[in-house]
Amino acid sequence: MAKKPFDTPMLDQLESGPWPSFVTGLKRLAKDKDYMVDLMGQLEHSYKTRKGYWKGGTVGVFGYGGGVIPRFSEVAAMFPESSEFHTLRVQPPAGMHYNTDILRKLTDAWEKHGSGLIAFHGQSGDIMFQGASTAKVQDAFDAINELGFDLGGAGPAVRTSMSCVGAARCEQSCYDESRAHRQVLNTFLDDIHRPALPYKFKFKFSGCPNDCMNSIQRADMAVIGTWRDNIRTDEPLARKWFARHGLNELVNDVVARCPTKAIMLKETKDVARGPKVSSVAINDTQSLEIDNGNCVRCMHCINVMTGALAHGKDTGASILIGGKRTLKIGDLMGTVVVPFMELKTDEDYAKLVELGQKVIDFFAENALEHERTGEMIERIGLVNFLEGIGIEVDANMVSTPRTNPYVRTDGWDDEVAKINAKKAQAPTLQPGD
Amino acid sequence: MAQQIRKPIESGVPDNKQYLHPVMLKNYGNWKYHDRPRPGVLHHVSHSGDEIWTVRAGTQRQMDVYTIRKLCDIADTYADGHVRFTIRSNIEFMVADEKKVAPLITALTGSGFPVGGTGNSVSAIAHTQGWLHCDIPGTDASGAVKALMDDLYEEFIKEEMPNRVHLSTSCCEINCGGQADIAIIVQHTKPPKINHDLVANVCERPAVVARCPVAAIRPAMVNGKPSLEIDEKKCMCCGACYPPCPPMQINDPEFSKLAIWVGGKNSNARGKPTFMKMVASGLPNNPPRWPEVSEVVKRILYVYKADARSWERIADWVERIGWPAFFEKTDLPFTKYLIDDWRGSRASLNASTHIRF
Repeated sequence: MAKKPFDTPMLDQLESGPWPSFVTGLKRLAKDKDYMVDLMGQLEHSYKTRKGYWKGGTVGVFGYGGGVIPRFSEVAAMFPESSEFHTLRVQPPAGMHYNTDILRKLTDAWEKHGSGLIAFHGQSGDIMFQGASTAKVQDAFDAINELGFDLGGAGPAVRTSMSCVGAARCEQSCYDESRAHRQVLNTFLDDIHRPALPYKFKFKFSGCPNDCMNSIQRADMAVIGTWRDNIRTDEPLARKWFARHGLNELVNDVVARCPTKAIMLKETKDVARGPKVSSVAINDTQSLEIDNGNCVRCMHCINVMTGALAHGKDTGASILIGGKRTLKIGDLMGTVVVPFMELKTDEDYAKLVELGQKVIDFFAENALEHERTGEMIERIGLVNFLEGIGIEVDANMVSTPRTNPYVRTDGWDDEVAKINAKKAQAPTLQPGD
Repeated sequence: MAQQIRKPIESGVPDNKQYLHPVMLKNYGNWKYHDRPRPGVLHHVSHSGDEIWTVRAGTQRQMDVYTIRKLCDIADTYADGHVRFTIRSNIEFMVADEKKVAPLITALTGSGFPVGGTGNSVSAIAHTQGWLHCDIPGTDASGAVKALMDDLYEEFIKEEMPNRVHLSTSCCEINCGGQADIAIIVQHTKPPKINHDLVANVCERPAVVARCPVAAIRPAMVNGKPSLEIDEKKCMCCGACYPPCPPMQINDPEFSKLAIWVGGKNSNARGKPTFMKMVASGLPNNPPRWPEVSEVVKRILYVYKADARSWERIADWVERIGWPAFFEKTDLPFTKYLIDDWRGSRASLNASTHIRF
């Protein structure tokens, strides 16, 4: 730590202002480590020239084929100390919960073996231990691994996953996100640590349709909590909400914002009764009435009137497949493949793992190199994908039926016969069910 | 004798139960409702009657060990030693006693960590690695985020937006920063410059050819060496060829620009989830504080703040007022480049006479 710091006039300008400054943190590390003196030198050089100077390579730990992101400097002649600046991607605990004891231990390990710079968290959810020399990567990993933490995914592999705060602290949780996250991901550790898929595959776990993990837009398999029965209500909390917010907000922010007009404000004496109706009094004369058969579980009214309205008890998840960002064919949202999967018992969670396994197996066998699951489905059609993983079609999978006649339909009668046979076997539904 | 190489323990995802606050462990899956006593604080109540308070604070995401230890010291002294991170790199401290909330906030703000980011605030910016660590970045991430969050500090610590606002930045068109209400993304404007001396040694040429979305790349012999060439009329400068083949130099200090996108929403609340749309481009890559980018983001943000109704996210607001009004109110030019011509683009055209005059 004898090395004199470089002048960093551009980075210095990122020390002023009220938001926490990463530059101040880098400078603090550079007091102790020449490694970080040169790292700051290179970063300032990037700021001046408006170019990046890292290239990839091959660096790993014994037994794994991925999880370390190699970085070698292209300007090592100028900044030799930080010429190797590799990142360890480390899987976070489900829901990103920690205590200070484990954070301090992870921090100490990284101070000893690495740069001392850690990102909580990367965009795939990894804790990113940023900056270790090639010689130190194994020691760093060993220390972190001994603390109960494991490397995440990189390259054409199952990637590190994320789950929301979930059942640990959120009333909107519709399943045990942490359990699903761990049970699914820990089934695919081989596919995480030894990249051998056509391309990356991401799971994400959100406990309700607010989808705080952004799974629909960026997970190949999104597990999004939902429920089948009626919205629950709580009259004291509903009255409290109304007393605080009043009629204008109730009408403009709750009733009018329901996307399927499933909520009405009614005189309490006129509220409908029925197996699919929820209602709750908001004052002595008026009530909210919810037509649960036409509720699309968007979460809006529950978000606004938290506790007064709550999701039902028949909970589980909708599974959406194929989300990803632009490259190569354009943005794709995940789309419904399983409208509802109950997630309560051991068997339910085993079924979720089994579905993940089927999807990954099909992806591994059928996707082209560097093709994501959504792109594969776009190429082969959803029906071929569903047949491949053994799932029946369902009208919940589409926004609309097809709008063109370009399909060969000579199997139509057989399909109708199958559907009718299934209907005949199903238990008779009572009106209102 | 050679030292035995340690085999990894393939432990996968750690169990979070060992790290949970005891009140959260006890009430796991049994929460009833929450409210927000003030910006930056959540108050959750269980069906059991137990309560927990959460104080949320912004961080710089790329944290040095001293910053992490400072946060741990605060958690041990003023909170109950249990923390978590949000998807936007905010840290949350959980306490079982309401009396601890105010001293905890004082300790955090006193140490330079802004308390906020809850409800209808502008939360911290989801971002990427940039020049600090990425191998393909057109710009930096942490710097642009720091500069913008300095400007938006008040919006982070207050809850004065119509609804929550998520921001992201991304250093290339892969968009690792993700969908957001307002996103800043590199937009290259010139085809890659090829370093023909290196292609044969560094790149698997068929894989690079296959990577191009518009089939603009083909194998070629250049100066007697196997290389690649680009049909520059077809190339739309996406940079997809650069990661598999670094000699396809797409990054340019002048011609790699920044674009602004709006209206991404992953929640199903109200309307279905939406992708964001490009609304501005051609902004200069201007470190260390990217003032031109911040200006456009703030302009959009404050028009939204003034014009949107409560609970409208940016996507909901534009849905209500229409895109022509968006461009008019924000005084952003609607150029021909904003009309989609990629596959499926007709779905983005106005197939109706629904026009506001």
